[in-house]
Parts: sequence; structure tokens; C-alpha cells
Amino acid sequence: MLVIAYWLHLKMLAASVFDGIFQVIWPLFFATTAFLVYRQADDPAVMVYAGLGSAVMGIWSVVATTASSLLQRERWLGTLELLVAAPTRFALVLVPITTAMASLGLYSLTATLLWGWLLFGITVPVASPVLFVLAIAVSIFSIALIGFLLSVAVVRYRTAWAMGNMLEYPGWLVCGFLVPLTIFPTWVGWIAYALPPTWGMQAIRSAASGGSPWRDVLLCLGLGMVYGLVGALLSETVLRSARRHATLSLT
Amino acid sequence: MLVVEATDLRRSYRTRTGIVRREKKEVEAVRGVSFGIERGELFGLLGPNGAGKTTTIKMLITLLLPTGGRATVLGQDVVGAPREVRRHIGYVFGGDRGLYERLSALDNLRYFAELYGVAPREQRQRIGSLLELVGLTGREKERVEGFSRGMRQRLHIARGLLHDPEVLFLDEPTIGIDPVGARELRATIATLREQGKTILLTTHYMFEADELCDRIAVIRDGLIVAEGSPAVLKQRVSAGHVVEVETFGLPPSRTDSVRSVQGVRSVSVEERGQAQVLLVQVEPGAEVTSGVLAELLGTRVGRVSSREPTLEDAYVELVSGA
Repeated sequence: MLVIAYWLHLKMLAASVFDGIFQVIWPLFFATTAFLVYRQADDPAVMVYAGLGSAVMGIWSVVATTASSLLQRERWLGTLELLVAAPTRFALVLVPITTAMASLGLYSLTATLLWGWLLFGITVPVASPVLFVLAIAVSIFSIALIGFLLSVAVVRYRTAWAMGNMLEYPGWLVCGFLVPLTIFPTWVGWIAYALPPTWGMQAIRSAASGGSPWRDVLLCLGLGMVYGLVGALLSETVLRSARRHATLSLT
Repeated sequence: MLVVEATDLRRSYRTRTGIVRREKKEVEAVRGVSFGIERGELFGLLGPNGAGKTTTIKMLITLLLPTGGRATVLGQDVVGAPREVRRHIGYVFGGDRGLYERLSALDNLRYFAELYGVAPREQRQRIGSLLELVGLTGREKERVEGFSRGMRQRLHIARGLLHDPEVLFLDEPTIGIDPVGARELRATIATLREQGKTILLTTHYMFEADELCDRIAVIRDGLIVAEGSPAVLKQRVSAGHVVEVETFGLPPSRTDSVRSVQGVRSVSVEERGQAQVLLVQVEPGAEVTSGVLAELLGTRVGRVSSREPTLEDAYVELVSGA
């Protein structure tokens, strides 16, 4: 079920040329802005920092924030009720939707790295390619699980998709994509450490520079699983609440 | 054993009004509905907009929790065992929504077949036969966004039947479809009944319920006001007659005064172009024409005629509560 549902959701995402172009351009636009700002430092190491940060920033924007909008789309199409009326556990219904977005996240990462290389001459030195790929995979997976948790909220609250959008820009800063966490007050650090992308970002940077990413990879994965578990547990409660408050058919 | 059983089923909604001073209001959409459906029966729930038909159906298909009463489908409680209920029921609603516009009809059916756990090797054959049943063979690879309303509706029916459910809930399936499309859809529903499916159909249309249903319950303001076979419901108004009075510029207050005339059972108003036609249901043996015309003094009156009551009159009388 998961594979076919994933494929059909990906097909839907790819079906609109306009949406497709938008998804292609969106991460590159913000990456370009970051590259132009960081170029002023005239330091290749800073550009590598920005290159990696922009790449993960794209995943965050595409996956975590738009997963909830996708569920809102189900409301507009009138299919949300049909998904709920199916005997499959609702958490399982949501997984293919979120993983389809994760695939776009993978594109975003690849495109940003290529864009930085082609237009800005940023070559990201990868000391441990296997660990680098592993760190990326774990980051995408964990960010997808945050998207999953956000989309669960949309089932009950029809304006919860706005929360996804609201989290997009603070996430760029708090997760250390573009600026080091050390410049923020300590309390921001605590928020950052509760978010899997912070650890994912650190893991990717460590793997690229030759350090050991294992601690960060495991923390990213563990936290992601916690978000996923909370989402799965909440999904049935939220669904019951939506049935009680009759919010499933609302747009 | 009854396949579908509702006992004193209730559902109320909370609404809010105002922006600064928000006031909560509780609206009772279903106020104690009870009925039972036998295996293989086609049961109609008939009523006007806002009567509580869709709310009732949504409680039975587990999309809404009842605020009171109890309901079971195939012996399973809709609150306590929702997943078990969902496994054995199909749900089809009318209108344009409920399909993935950017996917083909085939992909829509494949997706829902997966959600309903139809085995992959069965899917191809099942989808093929359903497309044939609803007359969409040859169009299955087209995107749904290019489908007419009738085609969408037929696709909805195919979707609802993917897992071969024992019980089908059809919520106004012919709404907004042209007469030819609606007739084809009714033929499909009749075929399903012949195949032994237990069906709950909600509709606005008396003639549709009459053509298809074994039994009908008329629902008004969240309560069942009449229940029985179409023939039994017709008998309720078969005695007596209907007086039609064509008026122009009829003030709403006059309807109430006409209603108070001795021998008048109910009154409704139908807009026909510039005219408002008063449809006066008359008790058997009563003569009300002069009394009605006396109440309409001062209002411009056109043609006055008398006729036998129709099914439509039965429905109007039941749902108007007059």
C-alpha cells in the first residue's frame, strides 16, 4: 500500500507544470540569496558552510512546511473524509504523503549543491561520502517525521497548515542552517537541540569535514522517531476529536 | 438480524457567532432518529436540505461521533469498532469533490483499492469490472479534471464498490446530474440492489426514492416524520385533493391565514415565473375554494384549479410539517 500510495502522491505533485517549476525554483532562489550574502566574506570555507546550510534549508522548507499544506489540499479536494473512512490506520495513510514530499527534499538538496557548484564555484569537500549520504538520508527522514506530526494537526485544525509556513523561516535560523547556534542566547539553543534538523545539519557538516557524525546522526534519528511516534499516537486521538467536533468536512 | 440499526441517534453541533463578543450556539441536527435496514434492502432517507440526512449517514459511516443514541452496522458499533465497520461499508456522496483531479480515473481507483486493502492481484480485474459497470471503460486513463459531473459521479460509485462492501451508503448520488445521467445512475443503483447489496440512499427526490427504495423514511428537522413503503407513504395523501391558486404579489402572511381555513390540511407556495402558486392540500370531502379565496381578498388571483394529489404533494406535506 505504502509504495503505490507514495508513487501516486508523487505523481500528483509532478502533475502540475506550474507547481513543478515552483518547487524547482523555490529552494534555488533562497540558496542564491544566501550565497550572494556569504560571498562578501571572500572565504571558501564560509561558502562551503553556506552551501551545505542552504541544501538542508531547502529540505526543511519543502518537507516540514509543505507536508501540512498537502493535507489541507485533501480538505479542499473533499478526499480527507474518504481517507478517514477507509479502514487503513490514518497514520499509515499520511506516511506516503509525507515521504512524497521527502523525495522533493532530496531533489532540493541535490539541486542546491549543483547550483552552488555551477554558479558560485562552491565545491563541497566530502571526506566520508558514505557517512555524508547516511547523514543526509537520516536528516530527510527525520524532517519528514516533523512534517508528519504537523500534518496530523491539520486533521483536527483546518488552519494548522499555516503553522507549517510559520515555522519555515525561524527553522532556518534556529536549526543552524545559515548561522552558528553560538550566536544565539542559551534558551534558543535548547529549542534548537529539540529539533532533529539541528543534529542532522551538524552530522552532515561533520561527515563532509571528516569528523565523526555518529552522535549527531543518532540524535537526529532518535528525535525524528520521537516526533513520528508522537504523531502516530496523536493521530488516533486527533481523529476522534475531529469526528467529535465535525471538522473533517470543513475547508 | 438488521444490517443497519439506528436507535435514538442524536447529533448536535456547536457554532459560534460574532467576532468580538463570540456566542456559542448548539444546533441539534439529528434529534433521535431510529430505523433498521434488513439485509438486501434499499432504504431511502428522504428530506429537504438541512433535515439531517447527511449527518445521519456520516454517523453511520463513522465520520461523525453521535452525541446520543446508538448505531450498529453488521452488528458492529459505529463508535466502538469504527475500523471494523469501515471494512464492510462503501460510501458514495454526490457533487464534484472527493476525487484526485490530477490523477486518472484508474489511478484514483488504484489508490482507494490500496487503502481498502484489495489484494494487488484482484485489483486489475475488480477495477476493470467496476469501470464497465459504471460505463467508464475506455476513459480510465484520462485525468479526472476533464470529467463531466456525471462521469465523476459514476467514478465515485466505482470507488465505493472497490472492496465489494456488503453495505453501501449513497448520499444524494444524483444531485446536480442531468436527467439522462441521473437515470443511468439510478439503473446502476438498481443493479446493485439486484446483486444483494444493502443500500442506504439519501435523496431530495421523491420520484427517485419511489423508483428505487423498498422502504422510505422521511426526515424533517432531525426527526423521522414518516416511514414505510412508497405505497404506504402515498396513501397518506391519496385521500383528499389539491387546490392550486395562482396569485401575483402574495404577501407571506396570507399563507398562514389560508392555512387556518377549515378543511385545509397544508399549504405550500411554488414560484412560477411572476406568479406564486398556492398548493392547498384539502381534507377528504371538504370544500375550501371559497374560504381560501376569501382569505386572499386584496391579492391579485389568476387561475384556480383542483387536482388529485401526487407523490410530490405527499413529500411536500411531510417535510413542510404543515
